[in-house]
Amino acid sequence: MVNRIVVGAHYGLRDWLVQRATAVIMLAYTLALVLFLLVMPSGFAGWKALFACSWVRLLTQVTLLALLLHAWVGVRDIWMDYVKPVGVRLVLHVLTILWLVSCFIYSVKVVWGL
Amino acid sequence: MQKQRPKHLDLAKIRLPVPGIVSILHRVSGVALFLFLPVLIYLLQGSLSSAESFDAFRSVIAHPLVKLVLIGVLWAFLHHAMAGIRFLFLDMHKGLELATARATAKTVLVVSLVLTLILGVAVW
Repeated sequence: MVNRIVVGAHYGLRDWLVQRATAVIMLAYTLALVLFLLVMPSGFAGWKALFACSWVRLLTQVTLLALLLHAWVGVRDIWMDYVKPVGVRLVLHVLTILWLVSCFIYSVKVVWGL
Repeated sequence: MQKQRPKHLDLAKIRLPVPGIVSILHRVSGVALFLFLPVLIYLLQGSLSSAESFDAFRSVIAHPLVKLVLIGVLWAFLHHAMAGIRFLFLDMHKGLELATARATAKTVLVVSLVLTLILGVAVW
């Protein structure tokens, strides 16, 4: 039996759920993209025309947001599994966030052609 | 009553079962995708660039070493996605029986490798 003092904190259920929900979003996006690639009318031109649509850009950006959250939960889990000293772990968490946020901002530039 | 169970704590004898291999590779491929995230965004940028810069982009990714690394990333994506789908089903308590779990784990390993091989050959 696990004797733990319940203090009203959440025990990671929300993060667990976020990871699953974002996984489903990314799978749906990937499936849609693969289907499009299979029936794409004219190679390069078709690809560019697809990403000229605002709604495609929006869906891509939302999927990348899902990816950011998904990767955050996953990588944080890895640090929690293997890195025990609190100070080191904190630094790694901050670096992970910086990395993911930087990637996300770069993706905004690319997706919206800025 | 003391049961005589076989104990295999000998490191030379214990083996990670197939579902375990799929699981650790899910983690490894996740880390790889995390590290290659800027590269993946760069690929999207290159694929959407104008005609002049597209040629430069194409010469970059045409390099055999770059291609090999990208095929590696492709495997990471495929394995992570396939194993992820399997984990989603396990979360819904589907396919928990030992035999089924082993079979689906093998399927994940094989399908992601075969798809990587097919797509890798196609883009080589």
